[in-house]
Amino acid sequence: MQESIRVSQAPELRYLLRLGDLCLIHAQRLGEWCGHAPILEEDIALSNIALDLLGQARGVLTRAGELAGGLDEDQLAFLREERDYLNPTLVELPRGDFAWAMVRNLMVAVLLELLWQRLQESGDEQLAAIAGKAVKEARYHARHAGDWVQRLGDGTEESQRRAQRAVDQLWPYHHELFEPDPVDEAAARSGLGPRWAELREAWQQRMAAELRAATLRPGADSAFRSRGREGVHSEHMGHLLAEMQYLQRAYPGGSW
Amino acid sequence: MNQQQDAAGWPLWEVFVRSKAGLDHKHCGSLHAPDSKLALELARDVYTRRQEGCSIWVVRSDQITASDPGDKDMYFDPMEDKVYRHPTFYKLPAEVDHM
Repeated sequence: MQESIRVSQAPELRYLLRLGDLCLIHAQRLGEWCGHAPILEEDIALSNIALDLLGQARGVLTRAGELAGGLDEDQLAFLREERDYLNPTLVELPRGDFAWAMVRNLMVAVLLELLWQRLQESGDEQLAAIAGKAVKEARYHARHAGDWVQRLGDGTEESQRRAQRAVDQLWPYHHELFEPDPVDEAAARSGLGPRWAELREAWQQRMAAELRAATLRPGADSAFRSRGREGVHSEHMGHLLAEMQYLQRAYPGGSW
Repeated sequence: MNQQQDAAGWPLWEVFVRSKAGLDHKHCGSLHAPDSKLALELARDVYTRRQEGCSIWVVRSDQITASDPGDKDMYFDPMEDKVYRHPTFYKLPAEVDHM
């Protein structure tokens, strides 16, 4: 059994891990759709999106590994424990039905589009280069998910019911994304990237417009705050990592 | 069931793609989709991997009228025995001789 690695608490590293982990865990959940999408073409589209996100995760984790003092993307992905994963809770929740997956895709894609847009001006050249490529992908992901949310929300009575249920269940998890904290503060001051809190208004406006077009209403506000970005995860995260990391843990140092 | 619809009642679409350096749109396949917008989206994933600079056309299959293979003899026989049908007897000026 391969030992876990610990990573430093340096704010710039945590900022990168939040972003890289978001892409990685979201890609893992989308990968679960392979062979299960409602139509063949959509199966391909979901896999494409997952592959885009995995590519983004690789870029960011590789950069994070350099900052962490010589770790590589595989070590970061396969040898960190749950508490050292810093993805927002939103992306680790189980894959749900198709409406659920599309609403989550939309929430994440809009966030990533806004983030990558700003990160193109990052003081870290490598991150800026990744962002330049990723922003185009995120734009496509947002359009794809937005189209589906609109079709489902404005579709049959059943699809409307399911889409609204997805919005209601996922909505409370968006607050976490925009909570101000010292990691974001440090990144903003050093020029590494924007505070996620700065994106809140743009995100809410985009989502409101998308939901309105889909005849859906935003979820109710609540005091609930998930804390995945601080490493405090839902009960789903451990299972996800157990499956994802199994092989590397069982056969340490294997190359593939 | 109409052969041009799938189980969900979605019509069949023909997909034409012009690649980045391509001169014309080439037919590359077909797919089922509920409307033209989604047909484009799906075609992008299935047939182009979203390569930049390529153009996609989708056309509902039932909008296409095809020639009848049975008419081949009548319309497409090149009539090689009637050489006067081909404009090969003109002497072209040297500067356009490569037509």
